[in-house]
Amino acid sequence: MRRTTTLSAPSPVDGQGDEPTDPALQVHDVSVAFGGVRALDAVSLSVQAGQVTGLIGPNGAGKTTLFNVITGLQTPNAGRIVLRGRDITARTPVRRARMGMARTFQRLEVFGSLTALDNILAAAEFRRGWARDGSDPRRVADDILDRVGLREVAGERVDGLPTGLARLVELGRALATRPSLLLLDEPGSGLDGTESAALGELLVETSATGTAVLIVEHDVELVMRICSTVHVLDFGRLIASGAPSQVQRDPAVQAAYLGAEGGSTATGKGVT
Amino acid sequence: MYSITASGLVVTYATSGIFNFAHGALGMLGAFTYWQLTVAWHVPPLAALALVLLVVAPLLGAVVERVLIRRLYGTSLSVTLVVTVGLLLALIGVANLIWSPVTPRVLKPFFPNSLIHLPGVNVSAHQAIVVLVSLLVAVALRVFLARTRTGATMRAVVDDPGLVALTGTSPARASQLSWALGSSLAALAGILLAPLVTLSILTLTLLVINGYAAAVVGRLRSLPLTAVGGLALGLAESYSTGYLGGDLPNLLRPALPMFLLFVAVVFLRDTRLRAGGRIVGWSPRAVGLGESVRWSSLLLVVALLAAALAPGGLVDFLSSTLAIGFVLLSLVLLSGYAGQVSLCQLTFVGVGAYVMAKVAPGGSAFGILVVVPVCALLGVAVAVPVLRLRGLYLALATLAFASGMDTIFFLNAFGTGGAISVPRLSLPGVDSNRGYLILLTLAFAAGAVGLLSLRRSRVGRRMSALNDSPAACVTLGVGVNRTKLGVFAGAAAMSGLGGVLLGGQEGLVSGNDFQMLNSLVLLLILTIGGASTVSGALLGAVLFSAFPIIAEHVSFLSQASLLLTGLGAVSIGRNPYGIVGEASRRFAAARQAGRGALASVVIRPSPLRDGVL
Ligand SMILES: Nc1ncnc2c1ncn2[C@@H]1O[C@H](COP(=O)(O)OP(=O)(O)OP(=O)(O)O)[C@@H](O)[C@H]1O
Ligand SMILES: [Mg+2]
Repeated sequence: MRRTTTLSAPSPVDGQGDEPTDPALQVHDVSVAFGGVRALDAVSLSVQAGQVTGLIGPNGAGKTTLFNVITGLQTPNAGRIVLRGRDITARTPVRRARMGMARTFQRLEVFGSLTALDNILAAAEFRRGWARDGSDPRRVADDILDRVGLREVAGERVDGLPTGLARLVELGRALATRPSLLLLDEPGSGLDGTESAALGELLVETSATGTAVLIVEHDVELVMRICSTVHVLDFGRLIASGAPSQVQRDPAVQAAYLGAEGGSTATGKGVT
Repeated sequence: MYSITASGLVVTYATSGIFNFAHGALGMLGAFTYWQLTVAWHVPPLAALALVLLVVAPLLGAVVERVLIRRLYGTSLSVTLVVTVGLLLALIGVANLIWSPVTPRVLKPFFPNSLIHLPGVNVSAHQAIVVLVSLLVAVALRVFLARTRTGATMRAVVDDPGLVALTGTSPARASQLSWALGSSLAALAGILLAPLVTLSILTLTLLVINGYAAAVVGRLRSLPLTAVGGLALGLAESYSTGYLGGDLPNLLRPALPMFLLFVAVVFLRDTRLRAGGRIVGWSPRAVGLGESVRWSSLLLVVALLAAALAPGGLVDFLSSTLAIGFVLLSLVLLSGYAGQVSLCQLTFVGVGAYVMAKVAPGGSAFGILVVVPVCALLGVAVAVPVLRLRGLYLALATLAFASGMDTIFFLNAFGTGGAISVPRLSLPGVDSNRGYLILLTLAFAAGAVGLLSLRRSRVGRRMSALNDSPAACVTLGVGVNRTKLGVFAGAAAMSGLGGVLLGGQEGLVSGNDFQMLNSLVLLLILTIGGASTVSGALLGAVLFSAFPIIAEHVSFLSQASLLLTGLGAVSIGRNPYGIVGEASRRFAAARQAGRGALASVVIRPSPLRDGVL
């Protein structure tokens, strides 16, 4: 992956009047219930700009649901979402995206009938459309192809790509909107060792330019390596927050993963 | 009555998860079989009733399920839509072959001469029976589903077939049973309806379709709500006759069920409504500009040769084909590229032809300047309320619109039994049939090249993106509404233009040409050709005009063409991509395999969406 600095500078379109000290994202007491299931229970956490922040937890802990609440695809039963000091709880997903939020999906949402390049190009064109920043979508897309390492498959339709690569397409697409907050839902699944190492490097690079990156990932080893802060969810509740090493030693976290291990062994790898 | 047909629909949908557009045709078949038994073969009514409701109809339903529907479980919504619509047309075709529509038939009401006096209204004994039977059916169904083991299984199937299988009951059997039951209920509704109207294949089918509104009120799941919907519909109909005099209500009354359907679809808050599938699974790669221009030039050369040498009949045939091809192009834009289902495209075609005939009877090209904005506006007017709908519900809403326009506009605006004459565009050189062929070829070629360029453009990417993942579009900062509106408007305008071209070719058009059923044929024929490709549109148009489907009057339904169209569409169940789609898919697969570029390439519609994680 080639180093490029021209693209990664976060450029909030709608961001006048931000306090420099505000965290990139604050989640306040968010609760979501699906019928009887409390998917999120008064969760509060914050995400800082310029860092990779991890969000981990066993299957069904509520990680994806939290992403949906943050991006506005899911209305919470209670709680607030604050982006760079502004309360955006009532805003539509489209508005939030234009304020500099981008995400990838655990259940892929690629534009399957387009090529990998066109997926990224479409996103760059969207960005140019609403940001009116005069950027050249073709150049943006071309740069991103190299950054995420999709050059070889640029001309392939995405619904023919293996999952791992399709996830990279989603990542590239998100990057093409030049987000100040990037939410990644299990971007590493489907990648092999070297590929996920390269992914880690790319994310660290991206955050170094000022973007806040929040990543959900079951590959705990990767999370521990690239994240400055890790939040742990279990059954919809936040059970720990802090530096990776500290979280790893937390008895509540270990209990949660050991408990989950009874059902699915794959989840707890690395946290012992 | 509406509640009977609607509960049948709900039972099949709730159990098999497939909306049966052919429900109306099943009801019609039931009524005709009953007529055959009682009137033609003099079987006593009760025995005939038992035979139809307990033997013939259930058997038909079960066979349909076994042969067609079972293969559809788990396929995309568009495939089930096309197959059941195909079945609808095929059944109408079969009925036309057996019972010639020219012969009048009458089915007598039960207890013809007795009236029952109620405060306010007089009801005939037949009507009373209808109400009683509906109540009975509602109660019986409820007891059956809630109290019996089989009923419980049927309710469970749609939620989790795997789980049902674990309990030792076969989900396939439960869903087969539901189709048998649904078919029987449709037949019952048909038999009860027939005496109230004329025993006509089309009328009956369409009337049973009216029951769809009640089913949507019940959100296709709840029988009690469905019954309420049926009741409301019936009441609204009879009170609009009872209390409102004058011409206007008489004009609007037949459109009432479709109005209710539209309103119900649009206003029901149900998260399931958002679910929906794409109309096409496979869209081939966009052809380059050079290639599309080359093909268009080839087409033009062929047309020039034909115009110069071919006999008049062939010239006419080619002209019709190209005019219809142009209309199909609008569907390629709407359904193939943007993934929006429309069962009302011929409505726009008809409006286009009508407006042209009114504003520019002399054929002035300025007429187009009126037609295009009028149709585009109409397209927007339809699109605005249905913006949040996808898949099945979008299909139902557009069906309601088409059907409503049939009764309100097409049956009246063209004058009684009348056809209006649509002028040909009076451009230099197109006054002869041969000249007109060249004009049509140019129009089609321009449309095709335009569409293909659009597909490769920013707008095309945006449409594909919208079709593939609205969720991703939204999180990338692009609302889907504006794109959708634009596509609807553009497709409607194209259809209107197609109407001008087609009208000019046919000379005389009547309201019947643009009826909802013909819109269905149009969509099916495009799907058979290949919904997402320009060449599919051309192929579809050839098929379409090779069978004389668009004829002056409804008599075209007596021909086997409907049957063939229906069967063709039904075959989509086996091959959802259409002819061109399948060919290009094979080609692409072969190319991939040949290169061996990626080890794990899977080519099937959007594997990423239904498969992983
Ligand atoms: N749309 C929904 N309707 C009902 N329940 C839901 C819905 N979405 C999520 N849930 C439930 O909410 C809980 C949290 O789900 P979520 O997908 O957020 O977990 P997750 O942490 O992302 O899990 P995983 O690691 O498996 O991706 C689960 O119990 C899930 O079953
Ligand atoms: Mg998840």
